[in-house]
Amino acid sequence: MSVLVFTLRAEPEQRLNLSTLVPHRLDKLTQREIESIAIETTKVVTKVGDMFRVRKGDPAQIRFAGGSRRFDRIAEAMTAGTILVEGDVGARAGRLMNSGTLTVSGSAGPWVGSGMEGGSIIVAGDVGEWLGGPLPGEMAGMRGGVVTVKGNAGREAGHRLRRGTIIIGKKAGPYAGRAMIAGTLIIAGGAGPLPGYLMRRGTIVLNEAPEQLSPTFADSGPVELVFARLLAESVKLQAPAAAKILNRPLRRLSGDLALEGKGEILLPV
Amino acid sequence: MRTLKVRGLRIDDSFAEAFPMSGTAIIITAPTLKWARQAATTMTGFATSVIACGCEAGIDRALTAKETPDGRPGVRVLLFAMAPDMLQTQLMNRLGQCVLTCPGTACYADIGGEKKLKLGSAIRYFADGWQISKKIGGRHFWRMPVMEGEFVCEATTGMTQKAVGGGNLLIMGDDFATTLRATEAAVAAIGKVKDAIMPFPGGIVRSGSKIGSKYKALIASTNHFYCPTLKGAVATELDDDIGCVLEIVIDGLTSEAVSAAMRAGLAAIIRLGPKRGALRVGAGNYGGKLGPHHYHLKDLLP
Repeated sequence: MSVLVFTLRAEPEQRLNLSTLVPHRLDKLTQREIESIAIETTKVVTKVGDMFRVRKGDPAQIRFAGGSRRFDRIAEAMTAGTILVEGDVGARAGRLMNSGTLTVSGSAGPWVGSGMEGGSIIVAGDVGEWLGGPLPGEMAGMRGGVVTVKGNAGREAGHRLRRGTIIIGKKAGPYAGRAMIAGTLIIAGGAGPLPGYLMRRGTIVLNEAPEQLSPTFADSGPVELVFARLLAESVKLQAPAAAKILNRPLRRLSGDLALEGKGEILLPV
Repeated sequence: MRTLKVRGLRIDDSFAEAFPMSGTAIIITAPTLKWARQAATTMTGFATSVIACGCEAGIDRALTAKETPDGRPGVRVLLFAMAPDMLQTQLMNRLGQCVLTCPGTACYADIGGEKKLKLGSAIRYFADGWQISKKIGGRHFWRMPVMEGEFVCEATTGMTQKAVGGGNLLIMGDDFATTLRATEAAVAAIGKVKDAIMPFPGGIVRSGSKIGSKYKALIASTNHFYCPTLKGAVATELDDDIGCVLEIVIDGLTSEAVSAAMRAGLAAIIRLGPKRGALRVGAGNYGGKLGPHHYHLKDLLP
């Protein structure tokens, strides 16, 4: 069966909550039923058919022809299948995702992969703040899966990351991996000030020394890690630059010693 | 004993009788094959027979750097025991004493299956709170700080209860030198068969046993029917021209692996021929009533 396509009719005039357009919620619906799904918006209630031209297809494979920074909550709580957005997306893309793949050819807003439990998110452009992070009031951020960002990430990428892997191809903003609980955060193009600030456990891999590091990280010196080889092997297809860093001789910084200090920042020697 | 004649060799019309076992497979890697093999050799050293070792274990094969999870050379080790809990105990003890301790090594699962045995999960507490859990690509690893650096070990490995233990060949010859030559040829051939190991020293056992003993405390004793020095004094299975018997015992993750191993060993002995090698090949059984797996030599001829 062919791909289910939502072609954007025109740039939306208000923010759209697209959390209903995920494979498991569209399963067994007719084209008319899909077109009549109401989209929560900020002002005027609208329907899927008003915003998109819908081309019938397999709801396990969804394609958005055209994106917008006003596309919020895309692929939210997705349980299986694939969603491809040809363009940008807004806030909370892939939040609470459980399985499947979300691919964004453009850039994404804040909270990409927030609270995600499994599956894979690939963003070709940049992402906003709190990549994988919790919403206010939540205890933990991302809990599993893999997020690959080819571009830059905003401040506090990997905030309260608990499990899973985040790879940032270019630069990350300040406080990357802030209060990390565990998990793995790789930044291949340079980190802003104070990466790993108040991290408990987990691994942050950097391509170079950050412009500012908290004094509560202790230099454990050069290390040879079999674990780095395993990680390199697992990311080499989606992020060859990250794999390259991991295959270089590495230095380990232990921290944040202001807390448990069982986390680490790995840097090329 | 009825025998078949194949290229001058006498093949007994007999069968090996084998038993179901619980089995598992792991990969040990190291910076060099030498150290991976050392860990594997140490781990499988005292693992010849479940009678007194708790498990039977051996090296299945060496692996190139491309075949292992961490891109370093390695070896594949198979372990077998009569029950899953015994296998777990042996695996944990041997992993902790022989692999964790060996310089440069890391350890990974190499068999699937719903039933799991603990690997790193069983020994992670050695790290005294500094152990690090990592999930990479759907697999769960434990990193344990050690004096040399870090020991990486997969959390669990799979287990099969369809493994088979006790495939065997009895290689009989004129003297020690020719019998050993034939047996070594068989060991080399069986070594190439995947999913099967020969747990005895160098793959060979010279003290095959029968069930029971005249001494009440012993559950097994020397197989006097095949002892050449007792020929004439006791009921014997040996012909006049047989002066030495060696045995190869085979454990496999599947019944197919055991029969493939026996077939490969038999072919190698026959290829060597009776002039330089063995005169006769037999197989050990208990009358067929104890073990569900029977491997008839006549079905395994090349």
